[in-house]
Amino acid sequence: MLSRRKTDRWTGGTMRGALLLVNLVAFTIALLLLWKSWPVLSGQPIKDVLFSTNWHPTQGQFGYLAFIVGTVAVTVLAMALAVPVCLLSALCISEYIPTRLRWPVRLGIDVMAGVPSVLYGLLGIIVVVPWVHRLGAYFGRDGSGYSLLAGGIVLGLMVSPVIISVAVEVLQGVPRDAREAALSLGTTKWEVSLHVVARHAWRGLMSAVVLGFARAFGETMAVLMVVGNDAHIPTSLFDRVYPIPALIANNYGEVMSIPLYDSALLLGALLLMILVGAFNLAAHVMLARSEPGRA
Amino acid sequence: MLYRRIQEWFFRALMGLSLVIVLGSLVAMLGVLAWRGIGAISLEVLFQTPKGGYYLGGGGGIANAIVGSLYLALGGTVLATVLSLPLALALQREYASPRLARLTRLTLDVLAGTPSIVYGVLAFVIMVRIGMGASLIGGILTLTVLMLPIMTCAMAEVIALVPREMKETAYGLGATRWESTLAVVVRQSLPGLITAVLLAFGRGIGDAASVLFTAGFSDRIPTSLADPTASLPLAVFFQIGSPVKEVQERGYASALVLLVLVLLVSVVSRLIGRRFSRHVIR
Amino acid sequence: MSRIAIRNLTVRYGKHDALRNMNLDIPDGKITVILGPSGCGKSTLLRSLNRLTDLYDEVSVEGQVLIDGENIHDPRADLLALRKKVGFLPQRPFPLPMSIADNVRFGPRIHRMTREDILRQIGAPADAAASRHAAMDLLVEHYLKQAGLWEEVRDRLHAPGANLSIGQQQRLALARALAVEPEVILADEPTSALDPISAQLIEKRFQALKEKYTIILVTHVLRQARRLADYVIFLYMGEMVEHGPASFLNSPRDPRTRAYVGGEIS
Repeated sequence: MLSRRKTDRWTGGTMRGALLLVNLVAFTIALLLLWKSWPVLSGQPIKDVLFSTNWHPTQGQFGYLAFIVGTVAVTVLAMALAVPVCLLSALCISEYIPTRLRWPVRLGIDVMAGVPSVLYGLLGIIVVVPWVHRLGAYFGRDGSGYSLLAGGIVLGLMVSPVIISVAVEVLQGVPRDAREAALSLGTTKWEVSLHVVARHAWRGLMSAVVLGFARAFGETMAVLMVVGNDAHIPTSLFDRVYPIPALIANNYGEVMSIPLYDSALLLGALLLMILVGAFNLAAHVMLARSEPGRA
Repeated sequence: MLYRRIQEWFFRALMGLSLVIVLGSLVAMLGVLAWRGIGAISLEVLFQTPKGGYYLGGGGGIANAIVGSLYLALGGTVLATVLSLPLALALQREYASPRLARLTRLTLDVLAGTPSIVYGVLAFVIMVRIGMGASLIGGILTLTVLMLPIMTCAMAEVIALVPREMKETAYGLGATRWESTLAVVVRQSLPGLITAVLLAFGRGIGDAASVLFTAGFSDRIPTSLADPTASLPLAVFFQIGSPVKEVQERGYASALVLLVLVLLVSVVSRLIGRRFSRHVIR
Repeated sequence: MSRIAIRNLTVRYGKHDALRNMNLDIPDGKITVILGPSGCGKSTLLRSLNRLTDLYDEVSVEGQVLIDGENIHDPRADLLALRKKVGFLPQRPFPLPMSIADNVRFGPRIHRMTREDILRQIGAPADAAASRHAAMDLLVEHYLKQAGLWEEVRDRLHAPGANLSIGQQQRLALARALAVEPEVILADEPTSALDPISAQLIEKRFQALKEKYTIILVTHVLRQARRLADYVIFLYMGEMVEHGPASFLNSPRDPRTRAYVGGEIS
């Protein structure tokens, strides 16, 4: 009997230790990033870092504005394209299509959510970029097609399965009683979907969107392959942009030769982590509130 | 009434259209990748490593990237599983206080959402500091960190679904927490645990940004943990940018191999899930 | 003093009192029925008797539950020995995720019973089985018979417990609980999920088992209480209203008990 108890105490202690360790590791990661990017942060006022477009690594000037705008622009465009379509699709899957079709469709969506981003980028190069190039030419804009618009489309397509998958799950979690009560009052199916199901699940739907947003925000490869990577504030959909993840991926390999460059790129990583962390936090809080029973 | 009926039909059409757009684009994407890839695949491409002048259109194949990716993803998956399972189990009420569990779930969510490029540069910073070059082990460790939160979250989710009454039964018989965990919780959630492992494997094998600096790239199949290692996502990325047509073709081939691997893992995870659910109570 | 004694027991879920200041001795070797409308604290009382309350968030327990003179809510109490002494039958049977035989074996196995222990426990001669494994087989048979399930499952002992009908699952749960040879059996509405025939089978088992065990049964079915009970505890809104030998149901003193017995509340 003694050793059963010992085993239990020992494993229990180890597991609790592991939990503490994970939290500690996360904290350390954030701290490490802050520490490594400190030289840049302390070398110039923070408003120059965040709100200036002077990006001259060799002269020690690191203004992140163009990259921040690039990241936000691509992400917002992707979400603007994806969110309406995804939410409507999720409603359709959850409320309209026959049960026997629902399972294979959900399976397909889940599978697509697992396709590596580099493949979405590849699709972007093969299909989307030439298409955007032609569209641009039609509007009298020349350019290669590597642009904000191409990035938005590719990224929107990439986050769609993620958003739909979470949204369908949330919608399916709405109790059947709620639907039946409303339908028995003589409402149409769309009215039920909008006023009962969607209202019941709106926190969950919001968090699906936020999760998609976070995913898009930090995406590196798919974007890097189609946005053209040029550090200017874009003035049209057909302009090239240069998001932060792409900046890091393209340059981190050769930073050692330029002083402070390394520190500046890690600041980019820190910005990403803080922003994405904030989005995830928001989604977490919303989801937790929408399922009070979750332990 | 007419207005409401029109509204119903309008939105029904809109929803149908949305679904068709999404599913259509996804199917089209698979089609394009498959079609481009099949044309480029041959036995030589699959089973040979790059030969001299490969990047100028010379002979050889992508075996280095295929094997490298498998090494990286398998290594990462094994390590991540060893670490994730205890963590996910520890999130049960018996081990973690509600406060610690809530904090840890939040931390894991934030870690799972952190872009892989962040893990990539961080690992690289540490590797440079300790004098380690881009290598198989560097890539494996980075992937482990990347997979850990994803896997733990997925595992914790299925573990939370184990009915409380089932645990009560085990405790009622005098089982310790650990005995109940091993005999009841792990067995009951086994299909879900396997799915979680495979999900993380799929994420790991497809991730490029985290191995970009840490595993590097090499034309040879690695023979030790210290060798730089090629991977399929990077093979796609590097070769697709080449102006040489033969090299581009092999980029398409790499993409198809990667796609097939990921789809295979997805399907297998569902089949295995069913196979192991013999004893599972629903 | 009887073996199970409850002293000043208060159980709270957050701020809500699920049980208020109970004092009671539970008679040995009888069937004690805890009766009352749903949500009155019956299950809470039952779970506090073997400290399954530990598994719930925000539950706090004050007062004492003494089993053989030892307060089980003392943090230093030997939980494992306690839970072995007290068997538990949940409302819905949950077969553990393993075979029928393994379900019965689970308790003896984790308690690491030797061949001799097993044979002694089931009252078999010391040479009835040559190995621990064979002894375990005898044990499985012994307890499945006690639970009245043996004839139905003897040919498929290695099939998953989940494949049984729900009535059979509940009898499997009973066999599993008996296999650790408890002294007390706690049952939480053990027939509420069952069809009438299985329910009757279980009730018969209880009547046969009370020779050997102290049985504490929760129910909200008055007629079941009348059929089975030797001793009745009536709970209402977390409060013990009345308790005594089962005959008090025929002439309740408290108006609330009268209303319940008379069918005005249920």
